[in-house]
Amino acid sequence: MNKKLLMRGSQVIGEAAIRAGCRFYAGYPITPQNELPEFMSGAMASLEGGTFIQAESEIAAINMVIGASMAGARAMTSSSSPGISLKQEGISFLAALELPAVIVNVMRGGPGLGNIAPSQGDYFQATRGGGHGDYRTIVLAPAHGQELADLTEKAFEYADRYRTPVMILADGMMGQMMEPVILPDPVNLDTLPPKPWVLDGAQGRPSRIIRSLILDTVGMEEHNWKLERKYKMISDEIPRAETYMTEDARLVVIAYGTAARIARGGIKRAREMGLKVGLLRPVTLWPFPERAIREMSRLVKDFMVFEMNTGQMIDDVKLSLEGRSNVHFYGRPGGVVSTPDELAKAISSLYYRQNLKKEG
Amino acid sequence: MEKLVFTRPRYMKKAPFHYCPGCGHSIIHRLVAEVIDELGIGDKTIGVPPAGCAVLAYDYFDVDMGEAPHGRAAAVATGIKRILPDKIVFTYQGDGDIAAIGTAETIHSANRGENITVIFVNNSCYGMTGGQMAPTTLLGQKSTTTPGGRNKDRDGAPIDLSQMLALTQGAAYIERTAVNSIKNIIKTKKALTKAFKVQMAGIGFSLIEILSPCPTNWKMSTVDACRRIDEEVTQTFPLKVIKDETA
Amino acid sequence: MKKTVFAGFGGQGVLMMGYVFAVAAMRDGKEVTYLPAYGAEMRGGTANCTVVVSDEEIFSPVASSPDFAVIMSKPSLLKYEGIMREGGVVLLNSNHVSRPLTREDLNSIRIPAVELAKELGSERVVNMIMLGAFAAYTKMTSLDSIMNGLSEIVKDINPSVMKLNRKGLDRGAEYILKGDLQ
Repeated sequence: MNKKLLMRGSQVIGEAAIRAGCRFYAGYPITPQNELPEFMSGAMASLEGGTFIQAESEIAAINMVIGASMAGARAMTSSSSPGISLKQEGISFLAALELPAVIVNVMRGGPGLGNIAPSQGDYFQATRGGGHGDYRTIVLAPAHGQELADLTEKAFEYADRYRTPVMILADGMMGQMMEPVILPDPVNLDTLPPKPWVLDGAQGRPSRIIRSLILDTVGMEEHNWKLERKYKMISDEIPRAETYMTEDARLVVIAYGTAARIARGGIKRAREMGLKVGLLRPVTLWPFPERAIREMSRLVKDFMVFEMNTGQMIDDVKLSLEGRSNVHFYGRPGGVVSTPDELAKAISSLYYRQNLKKEG
Repeated sequence: MEKLVFTRPRYMKKAPFHYCPGCGHSIIHRLVAEVIDELGIGDKTIGVPPAGCAVLAYDYFDVDMGEAPHGRAAAVATGIKRILPDKIVFTYQGDGDIAAIGTAETIHSANRGENITVIFVNNSCYGMTGGQMAPTTLLGQKSTTTPGGRNKDRDGAPIDLSQMLALTQGAAYIERTAVNSIKNIIKTKKALTKAFKVQMAGIGFSLIEILSPCPTNWKMSTVDACRRIDEEVTQTFPLKVIKDETA
Repeated sequence: MKKTVFAGFGGQGVLMMGYVFAVAAMRDGKEVTYLPAYGAEMRGGTANCTVVVSDEEIFSPVASSPDFAVIMSKPSLLKYEGIMREGGVVLLNSNHVSRPLTREDLNSIRIPAVELAKELGSERVVNMIMLGAFAAYTKMTSLDSIMNGLSEIVKDINPSVMKLNRKGLDRGAEYILKGDLQ
């Protein structure tokens, strides 16, 4: 096993990406994720076959990734909220062209220029596709340093397996914070599955086209259904959620990323007060772990969605529950990071309001 | 005894062009395919078509082709070329694609000296969308969005992207040609050959701007459209080698 | 779980103190997080970081109610005094921060780190003196662990600089342990 290291989140993503076989990175400076392109510039330079480009814009960066992916490379770009908005056209193209790529969003407070504090304001944008057209993006939400490494590795695997863009949704705190991490072993590029679709010059084979323009409506409809069948397969295969102290819980908090780790702290304190509270943490935001939540609703009648925004994931929770349980919300937008104590207060207030202490 | 004097170039697919009668794209496609064949690079060339009239270029070129979003061909080509530096990568773009929405990508690719070849077809209007004003539309030229003619005070003057690109240190070869006459077509083929050779030699960014007739949107006969290139378009966009770092 | 803020001016080695401490605690087998200030907060010459050390899982790495603060400049004291946990401890570099605390529930430890560093012959070890004092006072890690952390972080360090760092740590610790506090 590799040695445990104290590493900054953005560097963990970079290291894990390279170990996962990423050989192309293009990006544009934006806080709070500058440490990632800075790291990649040095790392790619010392790597045979590695390319780093500081692009002239976020748009150019995502389009360079499109090109590198067409040419067969494991490719990545990263940015923070306003920059991710600019990349959306490219992400739509990646989905339509069925190209693998990894996009990292180190979210900050918004809308507009907002601030550079950690936030979860981009949930809708990330999980609803973000760009134009009928498509989905796989969205992974790490909550601690080790998961930044593990999910970055997964992101490249999923991107290749499903030929689709994968977003890692982190935030300013995860990007800046140092935590102990054990890095995965580097993959051997030669052992990765072949890509019989890349554009590398039609030597000894018919020429290939990678296109998204399908003027024939029936043909376009078929392409859309093809993508949909793929999204259905992804929805069946990769949803993931983690639970914490839910066995006897009467109230379950649902939170992801940084909010989830704050929530764990709040839940631990609430447990010390004798409240039966647990956590369900979606690790994949799309596909959303609907089944895990629905199954939990057989035993739990009250859910509290906690987000660092004004309420976005709560829509997916309600859709998952289909009216089976009560859904409450607690959130702080604008880059405010709640404390575990604050969460404990919100939890206990809700607990007593719903009269959960008396039941059973 | 029959003698074969004319045939489809090896790297053109057997597909009828969708282009309008008198359009320059068909000629330029053919020239590019011939050059690719003559240079023996057909099995290592990757093309990037734009959004615009030439968006369907992948239906005609029998080489690997990858679509780019509108204006982003140079960035996509950059990604391909950096991963596969031994392959030949070209973009095929119209004036709106390259000189309006894709200006930044084009200038910075040239400035980085990306070792790609850009084929820039200038027909002084947005053809695919129906003849709106392009960045290259001439002063006074009527378009669907300049019904009274392009007005410098309101619309700005036509932009000479090739000259601008020549100022970048990474641009190795830039030439402006036309396909409105046999003589100019022959010159265009020579220029395209040179541009691809520059890339093959790894010298840097090469771009051929080709003035091309658009009889449909210019609302002219093909003959008049070809004449207009000589009489009007070349007054704003003179035919010449704009930059040659290989000399 | 203990939260510590290290704060001062850029160039005082404030982030280094936090980083070395975090690595040392990690190697001691503790859970740790290190969160630096970033972006606009870094402009204007201030630097700070928060290190959380715990035997259990750490939920929030943010400096809400820190238990300890290592303060190297006057503006840092103004910034952090108000958010300290009740009964918290502030270790001050008294050569740079002379004013008394306004909160009466906090304990302050004043270390003339610049003076002590001069006695050792180099002002570069001010941060090591503070760190040595901090380690000796809080007993959250050992000086040996800090030295190991330092050699892990700083590659190709000059042995004479390492020796000086060790002297700094020792002097800071000695200042606390011998009770020659002001």
